[in-house]
Amino acid sequence: MDRRKRNEMIAYGLLWASGVSALVILIWVLAYIFVGGIPVISWQFLTTWPAGWGHTGGGIYPTIIATIQVTIISLLIAAPLSIGGAIYLTEYTKESLLRKVIRQGAEILAGIPSIILGLFGFLFFVIALKEYTGGWSILSGGLTLAFMILPISLRVSEEALKTVPLELREGGLGLGASKWQMIRTLVVPTALPGIITGIILGMGRAIGETAAILLTVGGAINIATSLQDPARPMTLNLYDVLTEYRDTTAAYGTAVILVIAILVITFVTDMLMNRYTRNLKGL
Amino acid sequence: MDKKIKISVKDLNLYFGSFQALKHITMDIPEHEVTALIGPSGCGKSTFVKTLNRMNDLVDGVKITGEVNYNGINLLDRNTDVVALRKEIGMVFQKPNPFPKSIYDNIAYGPRVHGIHDKKRLDEIVERSLKHAALWDEVSDRLHESALRLSGGQQQRLCIARLLAVGPDVLLMDEPCSALDPIATAKIEDLIWELKQEYTIIIVTHNMQQAARVSQSTAFFLLGEMIEYSPTVDLFERPKDSRTEDYVTGKFG
Repeated sequence: MDRRKRNEMIAYGLLWASGVSALVILIWVLAYIFVGGIPVISWQFLTTWPAGWGHTGGGIYPTIIATIQVTIISLLIAAPLSIGGAIYLTEYTKESLLRKVIRQGAEILAGIPSIILGLFGFLFFVIALKEYTGGWSILSGGLTLAFMILPISLRVSEEALKTVPLELREGGLGLGASKWQMIRTLVVPTALPGIITGIILGMGRAIGETAAILLTVGGAINIATSLQDPARPMTLNLYDVLTEYRDTTAAYGTAVILVIAILVITFVTDMLMNRYTRNLKGL
Repeated sequence: MDKKIKISVKDLNLYFGSFQALKHITMDIPEHEVTALIGPSGCGKSTFVKTLNRMNDLVDGVKITGEVNYNGINLLDRNTDVVALRKEIGMVFQKPNPFPKSIYDNIAYGPRVHGIHDKKRLDEIVERSLKHAALWDEVSDRLHESALRLSGGQQQRLCIARLLAVGPDVLLMDEPCSALDPIATAKIEDLIWELKQEYTIIIVTHNMQQAARVSQSTAFFLLGEMIEYSPTVDLFERPKDSRTEDYVTGKFG
């Protein structure tokens, strides 16, 4: 065979393998988890409490609740701040030094390792503000996670607002709308798919976060009835059960739930956003 | 001839940073007439028109001097309520810009923004505006469909209807037909002819034949200056300035 042609085929082969490798890894990881974890899932598993030695048997019910609670708290804090912040940056500031500094700051915040944010959360929310947060608590965890979600949601919301065309704003202002009216009734609704995507991305991060949770939420196996109670979200439970007791059953099960949760959120969001965007385009 | 003047512009100058886009513009725009602004690209006609409803405020680094007197006030004044001004002096843009909402909600947008929420009143306003803009017959059975599904010409008439719904005094039209086909253009020109009975219209156009067809007075702009301003027939048949003559005879464009 012609040497060049052979080299061409080798190059193609290697590139194809690299391209496919991402898919292969994903399937491999998912297969491992699902094969080990699906047998563990049952209605009982989801609705009963951990039991037995080291709390590795039984179910993971309280951990599901804890994950939901911490995620909701973090979203309640991060969502308005990121939407408000994005609106302020795009609509009320010019492309100036302040804006560049804020943007860069958000990017740096996004890059800080979660364990360090967890450390901050521990020192500030758990220790220093113990009186208000209850120390180890879902509130401390929620606040710390909010810090983690904020840069992502802010950035994505900002981009979404920036893509709203100038003609739309001109149209609104030209009819005598005030700036805030124009933003509230035209710009934000049009940018909503993008903004919500940003929030969902943040939510995904919150659900899957472990290091920061480890250092702020406490780990007590109970259902928090007030913001100041500690709890044990799923990720923490997985970590604990695996490292302290080497029990893989509950770990597999928890992993499956987490992965399914992320997949469901991704698909539902995609579907909703597709529908919303099609409505916007008048289709 | 005793024409009532709607807008009186005195020595208007506009700078984008250090570039002077409008130079010493002075003109009186009469009520209930169509005034056309013609001139080659970049001569300042769009900029001039945008000054009249303070849309240039949206651009960074704009400096404006001079006076634009309307209803007894200088609308360039810092203290002018720009939001209220834009209700009186409205604008239709070159490319139709319907909101991504239903036809009904597009028309009702203006009134709602100004505080009208009573459904019966809104229904009335929507119907009246669409009829006024010669669009009612075509859309009355699908008011709740998205406005984006209309054709280009229909969208532009929608934008006009949207404007009429807030009850303005003056309509600014920045090349409203340049994105439309000839049939749609003809419909809009007919509409403009009808509307001038109730409104004062200023239309920027690249199309000299259009200016000749729809306007009573025409102003010729070149490089930021207003070279000549006369009754349309006079400007086209007996231009006073040689530059005007060169433009209208097509020596440059």
